[in-house]
Amino acid sequence: MAIRERLSGNEAVAYAIKQINPDVMPAFPITPSTEIPQYVANYIANGDIDTEFIHVESEHSAMSATLGASAAGARALTATSSCGMALMWEELYVAASDRLPIVLALVNRALTGPININADHSDSMGARDSGWIQIYAESNQEVYDNFLQAFPIAEDPRVHLPVMICQDGFITSHGVENILLVEDEKVRELVGEYHPEHFLLNSGEPMAVGPYAVSNYYMETKRAQREAMINAKTVILELAAKFEEMTGRHYGFFEEYAMEDAEYVIVLIGSAAGTCKAAVDGIRQSTGKKVGLCKIRVFRPFPEEELARALKDRRAIAILDRSEMFSATGGPLGAEVRAALQSAGSRAEVVNYFYGLGGRDITVQDFERVYERLEEIAVTREIPDMYEYIGLRSRS
Amino acid sequence: MKSTEINEKSPWQDITEGNKIFEPATSRHFRTGEWRTATPVFDEEKCKQCLLCFPVCPDSSIPVKDGRREDFDYDHCKGCGICAKVCPFGAITMKEGR
Repeated sequence: MAIRERLSGNEAVAYAIKQINPDVMPAFPITPSTEIPQYVANYIANGDIDTEFIHVESEHSAMSATLGASAAGARALTATSSCGMALMWEELYVAASDRLPIVLALVNRALTGPININADHSDSMGARDSGWIQIYAESNQEVYDNFLQAFPIAEDPRVHLPVMICQDGFITSHGVENILLVEDEKVRELVGEYHPEHFLLNSGEPMAVGPYAVSNYYMETKRAQREAMINAKTVILELAAKFEEMTGRHYGFFEEYAMEDAEYVIVLIGSAAGTCKAAVDGIRQSTGKKVGLCKIRVFRPFPEEELARALKDRRAIAILDRSEMFSATGGPLGAEVRAALQSAGSRAEVVNYFYGLGGRDITVQDFERVYERLEEIAVTREIPDMYEYIGLRSRS
Repeated sequence: MKSTEINEKSPWQDITEGNKIFEPATSRHFRTGEWRTATPVFDEEKCKQCLLCFPVCPDSSIPVKDGRREDFDYDHCKGCGICAKVCPFGAITMKEGR
């Protein structure tokens, strides 16, 4: 029987770590992810788990130590947010190119400039090209479930890539919700023991990790890395199927909510999906209008074909970005979803919105207005401004 | 897969995962001596075999056999000149070029 609990998102991730009992966790505190290493340190101090916790002096060191531990043969992980992840930048790429199955519990927070501690996706979206698998969550339940699936995905020999399990800072990380926890023995069965084939501490096989690659090898290395990312699509779905069999909870690359007959669709990532679902339910009940939501769970690898199939025949689509990329056009999700629709020959009208930057609130009414606008442009087929904002103060 | 089986014509499928190398001492295959712009020259007659030079060589390019140093390993010596600085007897001089 699953265990009923009430936990914050950070508590849920820490609890998942306790159930997994990984070998090494180097970590440095930063709001809003600080509680994760704090709770894990408590578990270790209480003798619940025998994870080696390394007190490092920065996030650069946290990810470096995680890399070293993973290369040595340990199941290693860390946690961070925002500028902490920015300080890990170099090592993020090294983790992926060295093909180390590291897991990072990322609590999404706006990157500094101006300094801000609240939720947006600028940290992980900035790292979208680093070669990490990225899995996002709407709720505490989802981030817990995603975390349990992370190591088996990362450690699969077809993949061997690091995985980032993302949740929205404060909204899920500090918000307490009802949650169903998986029994310890089932977690152990899903995650298993880690026995890497090659590892530095194996005295029977001297090896080197991360050698210099001249121009004659770099491109082939990157192509092989891409193959692992392609394979990750298969493995992510296999794990989701296993997890569903175990818990009854269904996961895929994205969640389709009221999408069967939906004509007007919002595409977004993360916790705002809950608010959007309330808007969808309200609109459908009061007006019967065919509105729906497509919530992206897996952003890396990007499920281009699957997403295009789910979206291409809708009348109008709004893609909501919770981070800037300063192309002076739209956001990263907008650009990639529009590219997917274009290659699928979609004729849907598409707009791209920025919302929730630096923790700006988004309400049910905001979503209702987006759906109203989608209805309008489906009729007029005129989009005066392709890139808009939700909740921005403006003189005109 | 051995490092000697991978070369500049190997397709991407034949490169090891993450470029990992599963054998020791492969740096021997890589002739860093080609980088040299100055070359140490060993004068055996001046050498007193004090062996101050070989432990300071960053590229392990001064072979020692039976307690005596031999001539330089020019396949790997990068010509940094530390050995020449350290030698108390003027038995190592730096000449320009390779």
